[in-house]
Amino acid sequence: MYLIKRSLLVSIWFVLLTLPLLAVKVDTTNETLIWRWENMLYVAVSAFVLYMLWLLAMRWRSRQRRSEELAQPRVHNLYSTITDNKVIVGAFNLILLAILVLLPLLSSGYQINIWTTALIYVILGLGLNIVVGFAGQLVLGYAAFYAVGAYTFGLLHQNFGVGFWVALPCGAAVAGFFGILVSLPVIRLRGDYLAIVTLGFGEITRLVLENWIEVTNGPGGISNIPRPALFNLELSDTGTAVWVYYIVLLFMLIAFISLLRLKNSRVGRSWIAVSEDETASEVMGINTTWAKLTAFALSAVWAGIAGVLFATKTRFINPDSFTFMDSALFLCIVVLGGMGSVYGMLLGAFAIALLPEYLRAFSEYRMLLFGAAMVLMMIFRPQGLIPPKARQYRVSKLLGKEAQS
Amino acid sequence: MDGFIELFLSGITRGSIYALIALGYTMVYGIIELINFAHGEIYMIGSFVALVVASLLGLAGFPMLGILCVAILVATLWSAAYGFTVEKMAYRPLRDASRLSPLISAIGMSVFLQNYISLAQTSDFQVFPYLIPEFEFLEPIAHILAPSAFLIIVTSLLVMLALSLFIKFTRLGKAMRATAQNRTMATLLGINPDTIISMTFIIGSALAAIGGVLIASHTGVTKFNIGFIAGIKAFTAAVLGGIGSIPGAMLGGFVLGLCESFGAGYISSDYEDVFAFAILILILLFRPSGLMGRAPVQKV
Repeated sequence: MYLIKRSLLVSIWFVLLTLPLLAVKVDTTNETLIWRWENMLYVAVSAFVLYMLWLLAMRWRSRQRRSEELAQPRVHNLYSTITDNKVIVGAFNLILLAILVLLPLLSSGYQINIWTTALIYVILGLGLNIVVGFAGQLVLGYAAFYAVGAYTFGLLHQNFGVGFWVALPCGAAVAGFFGILVSLPVIRLRGDYLAIVTLGFGEITRLVLENWIEVTNGPGGISNIPRPALFNLELSDTGTAVWVYYIVLLFMLIAFISLLRLKNSRVGRSWIAVSEDETASEVMGINTTWAKLTAFALSAVWAGIAGVLFATKTRFINPDSFTFMDSALFLCIVVLGGMGSVYGMLLGAFAIALLPEYLRAFSEYRMLLFGAAMVLMMIFRPQGLIPPKARQYRVSKLLGKEAQS
Repeated sequence: MDGFIELFLSGITRGSIYALIALGYTMVYGIIELINFAHGEIYMIGSFVALVVASLLGLAGFPMLGILCVAILVATLWSAAYGFTVEKMAYRPLRDASRLSPLISAIGMSVFLQNYISLAQTSDFQVFPYLIPEFEFLEPIAHILAPSAFLIIVTSLLVMLALSLFIKFTRLGKAMRATAQNRTMATLLGINPDTIISMTFIIGSALAAIGGVLIASHTGVTKFNIGFIAGIKAFTAAVLGGIGSIPGAMLGGFVLGLCESFGAGYISSDYEDVFAFAILILILLFRPSGLMGRAPVQKV
């Protein structure tokens, strides 16, 4: 009863809240108002239902928290049994890889295009995860590094006729250099200030690309960026798209495997230590400046590579592809997938890139829903859909065989 | 000389809008140490609510000044309600979470609200009706100070004065200052921090809405994404003045407005927005405590 009463009140509140903006629409050309009362009904009903769900979810959340406070070190459930089993994970990896490799043979050019974008998003998610997930530094201008990679290729091609394979390392290097350049001053800032400064750098980059017309051609962008050649074969349009797909897949795999390896390396562990507690890790002898610098640089390098891949995929770039909304989208991949999680990036990027494509009705509302998803994830599942797993060491293995007997 | 005065006045005009928005950032940051990314969106929502109300009343044939007053009032109320709701839904459940969580939640909220307006109203520029009456005594200087600019400066100065008095003398204002200083201690003394935080969001959002209506009637257009740039600039102003400090936010707003105006006038207008970002970055790097803020002491 209490639930229903509260939900009714909330529903009325939301109707009032959205009344001027959803019920009325101003048509300035004809100087009339368009009334849309039916929207109010939708708001009332959905607010009612959603609030009930919200209350239930809140109860679930506080129960969850209480069980965490009881300090159970590891909850064994279906999810953890599956992810702990090496055979199942290995089989899953193989199936996923097989699907991704065979995909172009089974689908049309349009599908390949979508999946190439999804894989580029995976690379971006992995790259951003280095700095946000591992090192715990919230970067809000990631699109800037992505733009640097894409424009490096575009400009090198326009001015010197450079091809894809030469531009790729150049894009990575320039973006990495840019990443170091940005990180040097911001490295001593913490948390939210760092976020806002990187946002500032991101916006400055976009504004420069937009206004430095002599070099970047401003909002007109750069067109006719070449696709990579496959030896000397003449490929059809779909053929080059498939070739680009495989190149992107290759780089995604490199990023994926290198991150899995890097996570448990000395550098990776120092990143995680910095994200947990900067002061404590400094006391433990970790060079926090170096750790953050490497995280920024590596993250920017991957954004640069993704940028070059993006440029060769779309063959046209302009500043509109590198706005704050794009940075927010990349952050959303990381948040959805799970900060610090490598497998999560696959899920996050696929969700962000593929859902709007396959659920057409939903594509109009995609940014609305991604925004809401970020809020909800932070409240109900801050560790992400696939939380990162810390490496576990067994005492028996460390001590050798005697300890086992 | 005329050019200089014109730039000066346009700087003050912008500056007072930045100051109005910056107050919301600074008050929220002072109490819960959160950059409320959705604050710029509240400002944008204010302008859209005012647009709807003004069109409604305009069709009914109300006098211009009456429309302006009602539009400002309704926009203020609704934006305050939005600010209140946003805080309750997106920030309150994350009160004890790590510092990144509410920040990401705020970014999500900002993206959500922008797209909400773009879907509910329009994703294009929306013409805002002209609501500012002509002031007769402004005739001789009309070429350098538009009536709308005059109204912006006067209104925001009055609002800022009222806010300062409110914070300084009323019970609630004192409670807000106490909560900002030390939340635990304030709670022990019988102040409910949740109420104070809600009030902070309500007041901040109301100020932003006034700014939104004024700027929309000054420029004659509004769009779903105006809140983003305005929000960042206002945040710059808040940081410039020293985040958490209320007079600092006002000073920072005016300084930033003047810098931008002179920068655009004497250097290049293409890079107008770059000046604000450059100032933000330089301030954060060299004097993170701002012009009037205290340097925070980090306890380990």
